Amino acid sequence: MIEQLSWKVGGQQGEGIDSTGEIFAMALNRLGYYLYSYRHFSSRIKGGHTNNKIRVSTYQTRAVSDDLDILIAFDQETIDVNLHELRDGGVVIGDAKFNPVIPEGSNARLFAVPFTELATELGTSLMKNMVAIGATSAVLGLAPESYQEVVEEIFSRKGAKVVEKNMEAIKKGSEYFQGIAGKIDGFQLNEADGRKRMFMIGNDAIALGFLAGGVRFMPAYPITPASEIMEYLIKKLPKFGGTVIQTEDEIAACTMAIGANYAGVRTITSSAGPGLSLMMESIGLSGMTEVPLVVVDTQRGGPSTGLPTKQEQSDLMAMIYGTHGEIPKVVMAPSTAEEAFYDAVESLNIAEEYQCPVILLTDLQLSLGKQSVEPLDYSRVEIRRGTLDLNAQLPDSDDKDGYFKRYQVTENGVSPRVVPGMKNGIHHVTGVEHDEYGKPSEVATNRQKQMDKRLSKLKSLKFDTPVVKNAPHEEADILLVGFNSTRGVIEEAMPRLEEQGIKVNHAHIRLLHPFPATEFKELADRAKKIVVVENNATGQLASIIKLNTGNHEKISSILKYDGNPFLPSEVTAKAKELV
Amino acid sequence: MATFKDFRNSIKPNWCPGCGDFSVQAAIQRAAANAGLTPENLAVVSGIGCSGRISGYIKSYGFHGIHGRSLPIAQGVKMANRDLTVIASGGDGDGFAIGMGHTVHAIRRNIDVTYIVMDNQIYGLTKGQTSPRSDVGFKTKSTPEGSVESSIGIMELALTAGATFVAQSFSTDLKDLVAIIEAGISHKGFSLINVFSPCVTYNKVNTYDWFKEHLVALDSIEGYDPQNRSLAMTTLMEHKGLVKGIIYQDKEKPSYQDLAHGYSKDALALQDLNLGEDTFKQLAAEFM
Repeated sequence: MIEQLSWKVGGQQGEGIDSTGEIFAMALNRLGYYLYSYRHFSSRIKGGHTNNKIRVSTYQTRAVSDDLDILIAFDQETIDVNLHELRDGGVVIGDAKFNPVIPEGSNARLFAVPFTELATELGTSLMKNMVAIGATSAVLGLAPESYQEVVEEIFSRKGAKVVEKNMEAIKKGSEYFQGIAGKIDGFQLNEADGRKRMFMIGNDAIALGFLAGGVRFMPAYPITPASEIMEYLIKKLPKFGGTVIQTEDEIAACTMAIGANYAGVRTITSSAGPGLSLMMESIGLSGMTEVPLVVVDTQRGGPSTGLPTKQEQSDLMAMIYGTHGEIPKVVMAPSTAEEAFYDAVESLNIAEEYQCPVILLTDLQLSLGKQSVEPLDYSRVEIRRGTLDLNAQLPDSDDKDGYFKRYQVTENGVSPRVVPGMKNGIHHVTGVEHDEYGKPSEVATNRQKQMDKRLSKLKSLKFDTPVVKNAPHEEADILLVGFNSTRGVIEEAMPRLEEQGIKVNHAHIRLLHPFPATEFKELADRAKKIVVVENNATGQLASIIKLNTGNHEKISSILKYDGNPFLPSEVTAKAKELV
Repeated sequence: MATFKDFRNSIKPNWCPGCGDFSVQAAIQRAAANAGLTPENLAVVSGIGCSGRISGYIKSYGFHGIHGRSLPIAQGVKMANRDLTVIASGGDGDGFAIGMGHTVHAIRRNIDVTYIVMDNQIYGLTKGQTSPRSDVGFKTKSTPEGSVESSIGIMELALTAGATFVAQSFSTDLKDLVAIIEAGISHKGFSLINVFSPCVTYNKVNTYDWFKEHLVALDSIEGYDPQNRSLAMTTLMEHKGLVKGIIYQDKEKPSYQDLAHGYSKDALALQDLNLGEDTFKQLAAEFM
């Protein structure tokens, strides 16, 4: 019996590869296994190789596994492209239709199962995916009935007959496989804990977090890998009186969000690198006018159009330093789907409490990778709107025009906030430097006061767990550092390095800006070496750490920018070299 | 009842003496009073350029944004609080060059915003360059040999983009301009009002006198019907766009807010933000 295995299904894009993986994973989720999936796909609708790699385990993992136990192939290309990942004695099940072959000398165990033919016999070749799932369950030693609940949910809309046919396809696949292969040892998972967990991509978690956190409007422009946030809110917001507008571009999305936040509705937008580049001027407007704004950046391969469907973490510098001039800005980086949910809620609070733009940064692996999430706790969802009180009765102003001191200089830099419609709240808002009433002013002393006011706001920023620390060693040989989705791979490399006698601590940065220098320094001081693991070519996080904490001589990098997520074995090997 | 004086503040505009924008500002203030608005329920959103400063010169909630983006900001304000009257405003460079993408989409989206463009066919604040509304042959700092690009027929373009309210006016015709802005404010949907507002400093061709000579009042054309879209188009083409009055209005088409599925009938900004535990649990269960 084993604790974890990796399963991959591959074929041509548009062939139902995603749904095959989805049904397989959902059924195992119901049994209480932990799941972590990563999809390989291209920027096209039909055709081209695609695959979905799903890791099943009895413990929480958030890394793509080094190897593969079972490969389901709907075409020969899937075998050719993925066979190198297969572990010794791994299983390949290909559709008999294309006469699957493996190279001579490979010790993979190949089985041809007539996915298409068996499905066609049952009425439609579309069910070939279900036959493949059936064959998989035979390898795993799972009863076809394990899929009943999920199949019913997915197909009940189409009638009981369709449910029945699909279950029959699973059974046929299972029986056929057992007939040709019997029982294969080494693929049976220990029983799971049976606990109910959510199974969601990071973008789902963010979208749900926004909804729970009070977002009621979203202007946005579609882009990979951010669109799921928009799609979820398109479905849900109308149930709560809100709506999504698909704008003409990202500039409109961001400025419309600013307009709506200014008028008092919690409004967000989401995009990826190319969209964020277009939004930079507007983000500066939010900083200058102190209108709260939350923008999600789901990082993908850059620069320019780059690798639009691939993993990368190269927007870091642009998000921290982007926009001309100097503004207060917060950059948050959740590392799991669970954190992404709570961080989405908190980003809204921070934006309103500090009246500034907040970037909620993710990466493709976190945004699109589907993972098990412990049930989310609604009692942790808190809505804090800072100095805004929509029901406030404002006193008459002493200004000659009756204007409200929207940009009043205060001790912590945060000014009282009002929204249009409030009596005695009238003020001016402008991206031009302005006085306490918002009226344009070029007076030098005023300029300095307003700059200091804006830039001082984040000095009082309260942020829960800016650095996730797993630091068992008082004195470590190596401190592994990452942000966003590399958390899982670092967590998995840690015990492997420990086994080799290397003392490892781990710091995962959740607040990238303002950088939590004090929290980080404490860990840095306790390590002989600092190794920063990041999916980019220039070591952006390493630079940020040097800038904020020094430690230049101790810092080195493990970088990967070929479009693929890190594997635990890669981080382990490279970290070992650097000790 | 608020009067036009309630929409005034003490800030002195930085426009040149004789600029058409003074009259547009006065017209907005009068129209707002005539429409029965109060300063706190009016939001004026403007872009960048000489005319973009207008949101600071009217006593109301005012938002002076970034170049070319007054319309998305204004649409955001209106979506957040449909009880507000929202006016977007700016120049022809702001709306028809850098912001043209937003203009076309705001027109077809039809959110209830009144967009008033101060059209002087030149870039003023940057000291005299060509604009998308400049005529062919127009000599400016950026076109010393005369512009070779065509001028955008903005009223015709609005009609083809699905506009529900298209009007044009002249800054000196204060009474007509006030009436048109009032009509735009009460129109349910997006209203585009292009106002010829001469630049006395940089445009020596399209002057007050030039407009007086060339503009044709639509109410002087016999049988003109602003509800007839094809007549509006042919009339514009016959007069090279140099007409004034309400060119076209579709009084039947509902605004975006009335068509958006599920969108609240009450101001979104005033809604309770809490989902409640039960609703949240139902939403979370969809991922189980």
